[in-house]
Amino acid sequence: MADPLLRVDNLVRRFGGITATDNLSMEVVPGELHAIIGPNGAGKTTLISQLTGQVMPNSGTIQFGGRDVTRLPSYKRSRLGLARSFQITSLLKDFSAIDNVALAAQAHDGHSFRFWGNARKEKHLRDAARAALERVGLGARAGVVVSQLSHGEQRELELAVALATRPQLLLLDEPMAGLGVTESARMVALLKDLRKEVTIVLVEHDMEAVFALADRITVLVYGRVIACDAPDAIRKHDEVKRAYLGEQHAVTRHG
Amino acid sequence: MMPKRNTSNAVAALLCAALVLLPVYSAVSGNIFILTLFTRIVIFALAAASLNLIMGYGGMMSFGHAAYLGIGGYAVGILATEGVGSGFIQWPVALAVSALFALVIGALSLRTRGVYFIMITLAFAQMAYYVASALSRYGGDDGLTIYKRSDFAGLINLSDRTQFYYFCLACLFGGLYLIWRIVNSRFGLVVQGVRSNEQRMQAIGFHANRYRLVCFVIAGAICGLAGALLANNTDFVSPAVMYWTRSGDLMVMVILGGMGSLFGPVLGAIVYLLLEELLSQFTEYTGLILGPVLLLIVVFARGGIMGLLGRMSRG
Repeated sequence: MADPLLRVDNLVRRFGGITATDNLSMEVVPGELHAIIGPNGAGKTTLISQLTGQVMPNSGTIQFGGRDVTRLPSYKRSRLGLARSFQITSLLKDFSAIDNVALAAQAHDGHSFRFWGNARKEKHLRDAARAALERVGLGARAGVVVSQLSHGEQRELELAVALATRPQLLLLDEPMAGLGVTESARMVALLKDLRKEVTIVLVEHDMEAVFALADRITVLVYGRVIACDAPDAIRKHDEVKRAYLGEQHAVTRHG
Repeated sequence: MMPKRNTSNAVAALLCAALVLLPVYSAVSGNIFILTLFTRIVIFALAAASLNLIMGYGGMMSFGHAAYLGIGGYAVGILATEGVGSGFIQWPVALAVSALFALVIGALSLRTRGVYFIMITLAFAQMAYYVASALSRYGGDDGLTIYKRSDFAGLINLSDRTQFYYFCLACLFGGLYLIWRIVNSRFGLVVQGVRSNEQRMQAIGFHANRYRLVCFVIAGAICGLAGALLANNTDFVSPAVMYWTRSGDLMVMVILGGMGSLFGPVLGAIVYLLLEELLSQFTEYTGLILGPVLLLIVVFARGGIMGLLGRMSRG
């Protein structure tokens, strides 16, 4: 196997008496789509937040591209090529769609202590933003203010913003959350396309999507990895069936 | 969106024209008072515009902005007292000291958010107020009289009422132009982005606080300029210009006119100070009427007067 792009060792994060991440280790290799599944409260979002630097671990290390990033603030990780989308849509609501994406491109195009020129007229930023919007199918909605976009469109915009930072690793926190059937299908098609270009870590409740997309699946329960394997093996894994697929199957499809 | 733009622009253009022509009216009608009043209004409009940069665009609710009025004023006053009368020295010093003060209190207060930020900026401004009160060499509580206005080597005579007015107006227009450029620049978009969603801005790679701090310093420097103008206008500077109620006045002007709109603070300063002037002819308790007016604006016209204009034109 190639050198891992992301390597997590013995990560621990506690919130009061609850251990949300319990001595967790995992690896993501370049080019794979690595899904993380687990019942509600398994610590999936906490893990993603530690990977991107919004939450700091109590102990353990995170290496990205061979570099220790455990204590690095999120803006520096983003510069290294780590991008995330948020489970609960987190955009600049009073900005237009294209402004949201152009700012992401701007963040990776030198410093922004430029006080005079009109940033909305910088062609290369606008072009990059437009390309990312086209990519997720929002080309026609570029000028619309985010708060006027539908939920599905906002989910797609989340993805466009992450793409505009030209990441090496894309961490997607439930990109399908709250999407309808057709919207979900579009998102799956989009991810199928994207995975050819960028390594992806996908947290998702939609099992159909996960098993259709993933190269490998890590199963989390109570902050611990109980299995990490190819989709077929995961399907047959006894502990996984018991802890997750079997007992809680009904609640995993709430979408 | 378009009609809103048009009405706001029309109002702004009308406003500018009226401000430019005011001395002509004053000369023709012989009404000197109105020129004096509007000199004051223009200066406060500049101060309010600088507050709007951090409050309206940057989402930083500073409750200590009047401190810079005092710092800019004291820079001019103290230098004048010590025999340095040249504006070419006084004014850069006023700007530099204000910027420095903003840098220090910004670096400390920007670690906090929300109510804590409001309280800590208020506390720093009150500290500046008490420091000024303790400066016995420079008048202490009673304030400092400035016997000679800043000297610009004959280029402009600040003691001439009309010239001084136009000088203040040029500073206001210059300040507004600067703010307009900033707001639409890369830097300005980042600052507004951080106001909208700080976590998101960090996640896409911006060190949010660094941008907020620079914005805070720019606003402080612009307000320091307003302070230097104000000291020249009244030939006097006292701790009272830094008192927290003054900071409150500036906030009210910004909210009244419309946060986050370029000309809002100008409109706010005009309406607020005119109302104050008008009401003071009838009653000592101007706050009794100004208070409810502000309340109505906040409840019924979010976005202030500029926001109201926008909605009216859309029907």
